[in-house]
Parts: sequence; C-alpha cells; structure tokens
Amino acid sequence: MSSLRENAKKLTPGLGETLVRGVWPFAAILLAALLMQFGLKPALGDGGAFYTKLVLDCGIAITLAVSLTMVNGFTGQFSMGHAAFMAVGAYAAAGIMYYGSARVLGTENFADPGAHAGLISTMLSDRQGADGSGVPLVSGADLLFLGAVLVGGLAAAGCGYLVGLPSLRLRGDYLAIVTLGFGEIVRVLIQSQTTDSLYDVQEIKAKAWYELPKYLGGPVGFTGLPFYTSLFWVFLFCGLTVLVAYRLKESTFGRAFLSIREDEIAAEAMGVDTTRYKVRAFVISAFFAGVAGGLYAHTVGVQLNAGELGFVKSFDIIIMVVLGGLGSISGAAIAAVILTLLPEALRDVAQYRMVAYALALITIMILRPQGLLGVHEVWNREAWPWLRKKRK
Amino acid sequence: MSSVLRSGWGVLGLIAASAISMVTCDAKNTPAPAPAPAPAATGETSADEIVVGHYGSMTGSEATFGQSTDNGIRLAISEINAAGGVNGKQVRLITYDTKGDSGEAGKAVTRLITNDKVTAVLGEVASSLSLAGGAVCQQYGVPMISPSSTNPRVTQGKDFVFRVCFTDDFQAFGVAKFTKENLKLTKAAILYDQKQAYSKGLRDDFKKAFTTMGGTIVIDQAYSGGDTDYSAQLNAIKAKGPEIVFVPGYYTDGANIAIQARKAGLTVPLIGGDGWDSEQLGKIAGDAIVGCYFSNHSAPDQPSMQTFIGKYKAEHSNQIPDALAGLGYDAANLLFDAMKRAKSLSGKDLRDSIAATQGFKGVTGTISMDKNRNAKKALVIVQLKKDAAGVVTPAFVVGVEPSEK
Repeated sequence: MSSLRENAKKLTPGLGETLVRGVWPFAAILLAALLMQFGLKPALGDGGAFYTKLVLDCGIAITLAVSLTMVNGFTGQFSMGHAAFMAVGAYAAAGIMYYGSARVLGTENFADPGAHAGLISTMLSDRQGADGSGVPLVSGADLLFLGAVLVGGLAAAGCGYLVGLPSLRLRGDYLAIVTLGFGEIVRVLIQSQTTDSLYDVQEIKAKAWYELPKYLGGPVGFTGLPFYTSLFWVFLFCGLTVLVAYRLKESTFGRAFLSIREDEIAAEAMGVDTTRYKVRAFVISAFFAGVAGGLYAHTVGVQLNAGELGFVKSFDIIIMVVLGGLGSISGAAIAAVILTLLPEALRDVAQYRMVAYALALITIMILRPQGLLGVHEVWNREAWPWLRKKRK
Repeated sequence: MSSVLRSGWGVLGLIAASAISMVTCDAKNTPAPAPAPAPAATGETSADEIVVGHYGSMTGSEATFGQSTDNGIRLAISEINAAGGVNGKQVRLITYDTKGDSGEAGKAVTRLITNDKVTAVLGEVASSLSLAGGAVCQQYGVPMISPSSTNPRVTQGKDFVFRVCFTDDFQAFGVAKFTKENLKLTKAAILYDQKQAYSKGLRDDFKKAFTTMGGTIVIDQAYSGGDTDYSAQLNAIKAKGPEIVFVPGYYTDGANIAIQARKAGLTVPLIGGDGWDSEQLGKIAGDAIVGCYFSNHSAPDQPSMQTFIGKYKAEHSNQIPDALAGLGYDAANLLFDAMKRAKSLSGKDLRDSIAATQGFKGVTGTISMDKNRNAKKALVIVQLKKDAAGVVTPAFVVGVEPSEK
C-alpha cells in the first residue's frame, strides 16, 4: 500500500513542473500570435495586404475545421450544423461589439476601429499613428472585442448543449438531419425575426438593451460592423483550439470520445456515459465554432449575413475535416489551409475555377480515401507509411 | 513532458505550415498573370495604362447579372480604348468572380486593390455583396461604383462608394405612383420574398408609399426564394380580391408565381421591381406574364438605348442587352468621364470628381450624383408584351422622374 502511495507521489509533478507544463503551450501560442501580428504583417507590407487576408482566412478556417474534428472526427458523430454554431457566435459577438461600443464609446465614430482599436487589433497599416505613435498596444475597445468573441463562443456552446441533449440520443443519419434542421432554424430565425441594424448612436442609446437583439440586420445582413479581427486574435484562438483538441485527443477525456467513435456499444460496456460525452464534445466544438464566428464577423471584407451561414457553409467545413482525415487535428488544419487557398490560386482559370476545385477534391479523395492523414497527426510516424517502410 | 513538448511543437508547426503555404502561394502569385493581353501585366499599374477592377457573380444562381454587367463594362472599355483611352492612357479591366458570396466578394476586392492596384472598382449587382466590397474600398480609399445595387445601405456612411442606379425607396414610390395614378387601382396585394433584403425593402417602402397615396393593401403574403409551390399564398390573395399584386423578387420566382397565379385563377396584373429584368422571365413564364408590369432602369425601346443596343448586339451575337448591361456600360463611362475631369487619379481626387458628376448622359438616363452618392435619375415602368416573333419583351409605358417624389 505504501509503495503504491509512493509511486503515486513520484508520478505527481511538482508545483514548478505543473506550472511550466500548464503555462508553456499558452505562452507559445501567445508568442506565435504576436509574431503573426507584428512580424508577418509588416514583412508582407502594404502590397501584401491581400496575402495577410488569406493568412487570416486560413486561421479562421483552421479554427472551424479543428473544432468540427472534435465532433465528426473524435466522437464519430455526423454534425451538419457547424455553420449554425458559427452564426450564433457571430451574431452574439457582433451584437455585443457593435451596440456595446456604441453605448460605451458613445461617439459618432463608435464603429470605426481606426479611431479606437489598439495595435493588436489593427489590420491596416495606413491608419493614423500606425507607426506606433499615439496608439496603445491594447485599448479598451480591444478588450470589449475579446469579451464579445468569448461571449459569442459561450452562446454557441449553450446552443450546442441544447441541440446536444435531445439529438445525441440519435445516431448517424438521424443526427445529421437534426443538426441540419437546427442550422436552418438559426438561419430563418435571424433572417425573419431581426431587422436592419441601427446607424445613429443617439438612436442606439435611446433603445433599452433588451430591444437591441431585434436590430441584428435581418436579411440584409448586419451592416456597419467594426473590423477588429487581426492576425493576433485569429491565431490566438486558432492556437487555443488546436491545443484543446490535442490535449483532448491525448487525455482520458478524449479517449472516451474516441471509444464512442470506434464502437459505441463497447464503450458503453466499459462504463463510458456515451450521451454525456457526446454532449460534451458538442459543447466544446460549438464553443470554438462560435469564437470563429465572432472573428469572422469582424473581418475586413466580410458582410455578416445569416443566409451565407447555412448548410452550404457547414458542408465546406465538413469537407475540410473529411479531406484532412477524420480524427486528425493536423490533417483538418492542413486541409483547411489548402481549401482556403485553392480557390484563390485558381482565380486565373476564371469560369472553370469551381470545376477545377471540385476536380482537385475528387482526385485527393480517390488517391487518399482515408483523408490526407487518416486518423494520424503530421508528427506521427504512422502518417507517413512510405517513410517507415524505407527505415525497415 | 514529451507530450507537452509535442503539443507546443504541434501548434508552432501548424502555424509555420500555414505561413509556409502562404509564402508559396505568394511566390506563385507575384508574377500575377492577369487575365488580360496587356504585356506589362505584373499587377502593377504601368505608366501608360489605367487598371479598373470589376467584381461580379460570373457563376452561381445570379450568373446572368454578373455576366451582363461585365459585357456592358467591356463594351465601354473597348470603345474608350478605340477612341484613344482616358487622357491618353489605355484602360484595362480585371474581372473577378464572387460566386454570389459576400466573403468571396470581400476577397476579390481586396485582391483587386492590394494586389492588382486598380484605380477604381466597379460592381456588384446584389446589394449584400456590394456592402462587403464597399467596406473594403472604403478602408483602402479606392472609389467604387456599383452599377445596380439598389439597397439604400450600400452607399450609407461610405464616402468612396457610389452608384449609378436609383434606390429602392424611389423604386417603390414609382411603382406605387404608377399603380395609383396611371392604372387608377386602389386595392393591392403583396407577395414578397422574406429571404431577400431587396424584396423585403421594396415591400416595406411600397406599403408606406401606397397607403400614403390613399391606396389599401388588402393582403401581405411572404414566400422564401426558391420555393416551388405558391398556391397557398395565391389562393389567400385571390380570396381578398385585389386589383393588382405587387411581387418584388427575382425573375425566377416572379415567373413561377405568374404561372401559378394564372392556374389558380388569379387574373389581375402582377407588378414587379427591377429584379424581374432578365430575358429568362419571359422564357419561363411565357403567356402567363404577358400584360404584367415592372419598374426598371431602362426599357429596350427607349430612344437613348438604341445605339447601345445596336453596339451590344454586334458584339454579343444578337443578344438584346438587359438593363444591367446598360448600367454596367454607364458605370464605366461615368467613371471615365470623372477620370478625365479629375485633378489626378488618386483615390481622393477621383472620388471628388465622381461626386461632382452632374447631368451625365448615360444610356439608361441622365445621371446626377446627390450628396449621398446615389444617382438621381428617372425610372421607367415597362409592360411585358409579345413581339412579332412571339417573344415576350418589355415595352416602355411611363417614366417617373426623381423630382416627382
């Protein structure tokens, strides 16, 4: 007995090691995000603004694909409503950010990030004081943005829980239909129950806070949103998503997800509460989808519109996950990058662009039916069978 | 510890991977082979040419919108180049497809401005896409002219965004005025697309205008774009006995509604907005739509359109241009006119020059920019009639001047 206790003690890491273990990945992510914002962006320069935007789009796509991997890849549930969680997060974050900054800042130019954002949320280099003079690194508006994005994620997670409870007792096709239905409900509710966003700051102030959810844009889309999404925010949350996904996959908690994917009956026999774990997978996945939605809504060149966050968008994300390999985090991320860049790289073939895109997809799926990496990760040797053979 | 290290490396690796793929994409794109025959096509504006960008839905469900507009713009450009260009410089057009998706529109415009360094941007037809593209133009200070986005929001608060068409509130006013004063009808029904901002906006404005003029809306029904069965709504409308049905929506739905309305025994005329403007309308609906009206930017039998139609037909195998082609042509020509008058081709000077446009004679009407950067111009009401060859074509009925509002 005592030897057992001793062994356990030996295995328990000390305070220092725990801190290092816990903090270092976050520090790495923060550093990487800062590098993206203050290293990559100036390196690409003003003329590279288009490439900066592509990198940013890639980051959002990775966040979406990796978050969906938790449900479709790890847990083996087929969710077709990922864009709906994204929409919930996007609208919640947009509403808080837009009307929140109107209330807090109270000036006519409340929706102009050029006047309020810190360097950390700045995407354009030609704004006033971009050389750093007079612009704080982090402003109050940036914190409001962070809060809005997190609340968007929580709102989406709440929806994930609500959808999860009844529908996760269903399997396969039935679940797919329920999630698809949920997506359509979200879209129709936003389009039919809300109306044009308010422009005038005095008018916004005159409305009670509970009246404001009515003015989320309706079918026109939420116009006038401030553009706070920067490489820093995107890669901060993108890194967090990947970290959480990785930690999940390698933990007891995540092994329960994987066991459900492999054999639900066997998992249940082993004492895994399958429904509870499925709901958890949904909630975590929905949270990050909501965060990605909040980031997407505040990107330059995006017009937030519920009509575009329907099932077609969900399919786009599913394609990323399937192409990368169901269950592979790095695979989903790589596929997300490829699928974001491919349509742009194919711009020169004009009308045949989407045909070429589809052909590329079909070719990959024929050559690698299990997805680019199967269930493995880029750093697993199993993902590179031809290399392994050579070594023997 | 190793797994911890791995997770950190994983994150870094992913970011590095995305950065690398980005750089390779960069390397591949730097010599940007722009889809144009110009030799100096390095994506930079060379001294002797002016690059203009166009973003439009060349593919997707509203593909005819983007293609017609592009044809109109190209016609204007080939004309100006044949006449020696703008201030001695040749004009080159770069067109990017948006697939009818606002995210794509934002990307296309960003690419046009930051990569291809265009002097000005033309586009889009759909208002929600013009909103996305307009935000980018505003950010970078490059003037944009939308040929045919009618939603009032498009130009609101964006001093670099213009349009050469009227706005929806004027269009709704025109339809209401025509119904009340020319047709002398007082009982109207509405059947609108609840999914489309355009349709909903027209319905709201029409309701307001028509009731102010003393008319009554007997019933207000909604459908969702792409529906195939409208019988429930049409029967409800029929039961209320309206004298006319206002159907603000796009041409496919308008045509299907007309067919089903006649089947349901609803024989009163239908009246639509400029979303009906496509030769597909007559092709799908046939006889069912004959006698119906819609408001539009121009009518093919207007005198000012005749030379344009001739030129367009010669270039595009006898196709009759729709109003969108005319608007694309006008947007491009108005831009060239402003370029000629501008102090320089910098974004700010060009913007001021476009804003100062007064009495520009376009093929779709005389255009003056108001202080909100919207075109003040007349609209026309057309009626669908069968021509000698049995083809359903719109014919001019009456014009409504902006001063009448």
